[in-house]
Amino acid sequence: MIGGLFIYNHKGEVLISRVYRDDIGRNAVDAFRVNVIHARQQVRSPVTNIARTSFFHVKRSNIWLAAVTKQNVNAAMVFEFLYKMCDVMAAYFGKISEENIKNNFVLIYELLDEILDFGYPQNSETGALKTFITQQGIKGQTKEEQSQITSQVTGQIGWRREGIKYRRNELFLDVLESVNLLMSPQGQVLSAHVSGRVVMKSYLSGMPECKFGMNDKIVIDKQGKGGAGDDAGKSGKQSIAIDDCTFHQCVRLSKFDSERSISFIPPDGEYELMRYRTTKDIILPFRVIPLVREVGRTKLEVKVVIKSNFKPSLLAQKIEVRIPTPLNTSGVQVICMKGKAKYKASENAIVWKIKRMAGMKESQISAEIELLPTNDKKKWARPPISMNFEVPFAPSGLKVRYLKVFESKLNYSDHDVIKWVRYIGRSGIYETRC
Amino acid sequence: MPAVSKGDGMRGLAVFISDIRNCKSKEAEIKRINKELANIRSKFKGDKALDGYSKKKYVCKLLFIFLLGHDIDFGHMEAVNLLSSNKYTEKQIGYLFISVLVNSNSELIRLINNAIKNDLSSRNPTFMCLALHCIANVGSREMAEAFAGEIPRILVAGDTMDSVKQSAALCLLRLYRTSPDLVLMGEWTSRVVHLLNDQHMGVVTAAISLITCLSQKNPEEFKTCVSLAVSRLSRIVSSASTDLQDYTYYFVPAPWLSCKLLRLLQCYPPPEDGAVKGRLVECLETILNKAQEPPKSKKVQHSNAKNAILFEAIALIIHYDSEPNLLVRACNQLGQFLQHRETNLRYLALESMCTLASSEFSHEAVKTHIETVINALKTERDVSVRQRAADLLYAMCDRSNAKQIVAEMLSYLETADYSIREEMVLKVAILAEKYAVDYSWYVDTILNLIRIAGDYVSEEVWYRVIQIVINRDDVQGYAAKTVFEALQAPACHENMVKVGGYILGEFGNLIAGDPRSSPLVQFNLLHSKFHLCSVPTRALLLSAYIKFINLFPETKPTIQEVLRCDSQIRNSDVELQQRAVEYLKLSSIASTDVLATVLEEMPPFPERESSILAKLKKKKGPGAVSGNELEEGKREGGELNGAGERPGDSSAIGASNAVRLHIPTHSLNYDIIYPPPPLFQSTPSPSADLLGLRSAAPVSAAPPSAGSLLVDVFSEAGPAAPAAGANDDGFLRFVCKNNGVLFENQLLQIGVKSEYRQNLGRMYLFYGNKTSVQFVNFTTTLKPVDPLVEGGAQVQQVINIECLTVFSDAPLLNIKFRYGGALQNLTLKLPVAINKFFQPTEMSSHDFFQRWKQLSQPQQEAQKIFKANHAMDTEVLKAKLLGLGTALLEKVDPNPDNFVCAGVIQTKAQQVGCLLRLEPNAQAQVHTHFPVRALGLESRPLGVSSVTTLSLCVSVVHHSFICNKCL
Repeated sequence: MIGGLFIYNHKGEVLISRVYRDDIGRNAVDAFRVNVIHARQQVRSPVTNIARTSFFHVKRSNIWLAAVTKQNVNAAMVFEFLYKMCDVMAAYFGKISEENIKNNFVLIYELLDEILDFGYPQNSETGALKTFITQQGIKGQTKEEQSQITSQVTGQIGWRREGIKYRRNELFLDVLESVNLLMSPQGQVLSAHVSGRVVMKSYLSGMPECKFGMNDKIVIDKQGKGGAGDDAGKSGKQSIAIDDCTFHQCVRLSKFDSERSISFIPPDGEYELMRYRTTKDIILPFRVIPLVREVGRTKLEVKVVIKSNFKPSLLAQKIEVRIPTPLNTSGVQVICMKGKAKYKASENAIVWKIKRMAGMKESQISAEIELLPTNDKKKWARPPISMNFEVPFAPSGLKVRYLKVFESKLNYSDHDVIKWVRYIGRSGIYETRC
Repeated sequence: MPAVSKGDGMRGLAVFISDIRNCKSKEAEIKRINKELANIRSKFKGDKALDGYSKKKYVCKLLFIFLLGHDIDFGHMEAVNLLSSNKYTEKQIGYLFISVLVNSNSELIRLINNAIKNDLSSRNPTFMCLALHCIANVGSREMAEAFAGEIPRILVAGDTMDSVKQSAALCLLRLYRTSPDLVLMGEWTSRVVHLLNDQHMGVVTAAISLITCLSQKNPEEFKTCVSLAVSRLSRIVSSASTDLQDYTYYFVPAPWLSCKLLRLLQCYPPPEDGAVKGRLVECLETILNKAQEPPKSKKVQHSNAKNAILFEAIALIIHYDSEPNLLVRACNQLGQFLQHRETNLRYLALESMCTLASSEFSHEAVKTHIETVINALKTERDVSVRQRAADLLYAMCDRSNAKQIVAEMLSYLETADYSIREEMVLKVAILAEKYAVDYSWYVDTILNLIRIAGDYVSEEVWYRVIQIVINRDDVQGYAAKTVFEALQAPACHENMVKVGGYILGEFGNLIAGDPRSSPLVQFNLLHSKFHLCSVPTRALLLSAYIKFINLFPETKPTIQEVLRCDSQIRNSDVELQQRAVEYLKLSSIASTDVLATVLEEMPPFPERESSILAKLKKKKGPGAVSGNELEEGKREGGELNGAGERPGDSSAIGASNAVRLHIPTHSLNYDIIYPPPPLFQSTPSPSADLLGLRSAAPVSAAPPSAGSLLVDVFSEAGPAAPAAGANDDGFLRFVCKNNGVLFENQLLQIGVKSEYRQNLGRMYLFYGNKTSVQFVNFTTTLKPVDPLVEGGAQVQQVINIECLTVFSDAPLLNIKFRYGGALQNLTLKLPVAINKFFQPTEMSSHDFFQRWKQLSQPQQEAQKIFKANHAMDTEVLKAKLLGLGTALLEKVDPNPDNFVCAGVIQTKAQQVGCLLRLEPNAQAQVHTHFPVRALGLESRPLGVSSVTTLSLCVSVVHHSFICNKCL
């Protein structure tokens, strides 16, 4: 079990130190700093063993979170906890930064007391935590309220309290995907996958029972066999194969296992309903065609064409193409048809930015790079061209088919609920070799 | 932002550095550096001409980036351009960049060398200095190749500025260290030596470093520097503190120079010229006097400088080791430092005293400080100082204070640092052994040692105590009583159980009268430890039990019961099981008389017998099955695997002192003079050394009783002490082979590799330090070797050998070194015998016998008939004869059993042809009941030679045959 949790800033100074077990000494804090943060060689492994003590760390911007234990713990559990901890902190005070952590240290200690007990993770659901750990002083709670909190925290549905009432029952569903790609210079896909999340914001009264449906291939095929043949036929390619997925704790897994239907009682407010990954039939929103020509020892000509590959009615946004330059670049001239391009010496790259671009269009940039002859015989490694963008559809092809809400006790039905669905596809690591 | 001086400041550089310092994270720093690099690249693009200032600035930035740990692969050209600038700052930055960043890059090196050459030939002293510094900083072989010829010229030229001379001397020193073969001093030598007379103190200081280094390599050439150094030293020492102005450091005149001068003098023996010597002694006295004066300043720098000179002076006094007066004064001075409140001084004083203690003049003087040293051992906080104190105690120990010192060391051992315990145990064991006058004291000490630090006590130590107890009747009862008491401790060390088991098994009867230590009590006491012991100890205990049955018949049922129980008689360990079974049967079948004979008390270990003979006797093979024999056999097994002999004892050394090796510096060959003592000395030693360690303290002063106490018994019973000493045996092993281990003890291993051609040979000696502590002042009588041998390191020495004429005695090799402060002295025979210079000759049967018959005059023939020690195996014999260096002629002798060989002994003076004939006689029976085979050998010289040659050959051959280790 987790013996202690430390938070350091980028210099290795301890911001938060909470020790849960006696087997973790004071020097553990320093051991991690010396051996990981200030290590001569950058430590890549997230798990470090120092003097029979294991340190599990994650890094958020400049902040190090390290969990310490002397026991043989389930490493996946520890990391899951650390990520949860990050989520909880982000939910309470926004971005995790040194400033924010210093300003909220009392809150963080309070949270740490609540979500870890003698090193065992407890309820870490933000919604539930917010009911009894608040940033605005302690409200005088009646006995009744206190007992309610107790029953809720220890009860079966720990993530939702009872008696929530909204005048307008509303529900927002975001499908957020990031598409990752590695492509050869000839346009051959070397690897590609989409990792997506379904994030839900629910403002529903009572204890509603929800059912979520999407174009999961297994479900569609089953239905197709079941008799609703025309439905499946109409959707054609519309179904997608999900490689793997995880759900929020509110989802009834037994039901998913048996019927592959996703039913749950949602927490109040924002939460992540599911996470998934697909590798087949990915719609690649952009195609990058590089052309690099070395002219003698001191000159390099680069031409890059990007083509958008989606419906012309849709608009991609925040497009950024990053073309790496050799380490001995001494000057760059860039010409581009659209957007703005600039040589950024500090990053050794040409950065080309386009605000907006419609589907089925193409654009091009050409650059002349002057090189300084060096006595170093090493050849330039030609790192891949990377790209960032945002598109208003799901590159995996996922579609939300329905989200039904049933609340038997209160008198509102599925039709009364206002539902919003949004798809956002972003680039993950989207690279093309040149 | 760092302050920058106005005229010369590089604002851009300062801004850049402060930017880097302000970076919040590593990533930010890398970004900033990338940006700067891109900027510099665009500036260095080549189409624009940069002025010197910007070039300097950007090169500086590159240097800074490089020092931050980033690769720099451009800008070299610009840096080289800076070298040709006329501005000092630009040139300086250029040189700086080159000495930091340029590796042996071919095209640039040429340009750089050109620039350096220009600067060296310029008249500007600062430029010359910069160039010299660059050469020294780079110090590569290329640099040495290019400039090694030029720098000595600059150094000795009359018109060179003093500052340039200084730099040139140090630069030359650097080049000499990297590639000594390229720096040829030859013609410059005398002029370099005369730099010691230079007006400028800085030049002298720089030159003396160079001279010290050079004179270590070839002392002869620089011999003249001694008198110059002495006069210089006396001038400094006698000067008032204000005379030297700039070179006076906190009221001490030229401390660095003085130290260096004293160190230089340590490379040479005391000056032979009386006047010079007188002057030097006067200097040393002045230095010692000055140490007594009250300090002129309270600053620590003043006392540091003063003490530095003092310690160097003391080191020189110790090095000379010829002025009793000075030695004693030095010792008294050090005695004062022993109580100084500064730890470093105490450490240094102890260290110097260690070396002083081994000098015969100051030994007594050192001894007066024993109380202080003991106090240091007890109260000192710093472990390294405690270790030095222990070393010093060891070094100052002699017969008069041995008891006190051993007692102190023992009591210290209880609290000693783990890192030095092993060494301490060894020291205590050696001292106790060496200076034992009273056996009960010796026994007490060693048992205490085992009790306190059992884990660190090696096998030899407890073997030794048992041997001594067995050999001395008067101590046996006392020993039995003591071990009995020691065993009563609830937790005692396994080594203690071993000693206890052995001694009670032998002499338990001596204390059986006391009802508190009745036989049964003794047995129960021993048996209570049985289960906690390892297998070898259990085996020993089983033997002790069967001895108990003999000593005390009343314990028989109990012991039989123990032997009969399943854990013994069905033990999974074969050795234990066998012992249990055999002893059980022996005790039940044999009658009391038989039992008494079989289990008789161990005979005393042979005392005055050479180890070789003792070993020969033992080789009679597995004999009667008695408990003792079993144990003996076990030990013997270990012994046979290469235990050796003690080093040639002191009398032997004395006898063969007439044999000397003369090694002229230039022609590396020896003249071997040969007085005719017998080839092998088997004189008994007056005082054997337990672990092959010899101290410089006079041993021969030991009274005879002690001498007989400490006999050479090690070779008998020390299975774990491979070659506890010397090398008669080691030497024999080398008669028929050229490579192997010549000598090995606990400290040192000497390996030999040799090759011979005609009358010339080359021998590689490898001195391996087996300890973890370094040996200092390591010297051999042959050629100078590196005086420091690190722990676990190996030093190699090459000797060229030329056989001038026929010789009988092997040359001796004397090795001296200090281990933990004590002087170790070893004398070994180099494995060079006459047969090494055999040149094999092939000849036909006809030729052989024709010549054989021609050589029939008495002085042309030698013959020896001796008994073979082993069954003769034809293959083994052949291998031995081939190893002898002669040609083995097959199918020459009509009798197939005989072996004939022919060879020519090559010496510088003459060549001696030899014919050998070995006639084994397998049938001959001698009147003992052992089957003994005799073999005969004949040898006839072809040329004219004396009989001694022949008998020499024969004896070499003979010995190579009686020693089975030759192969």
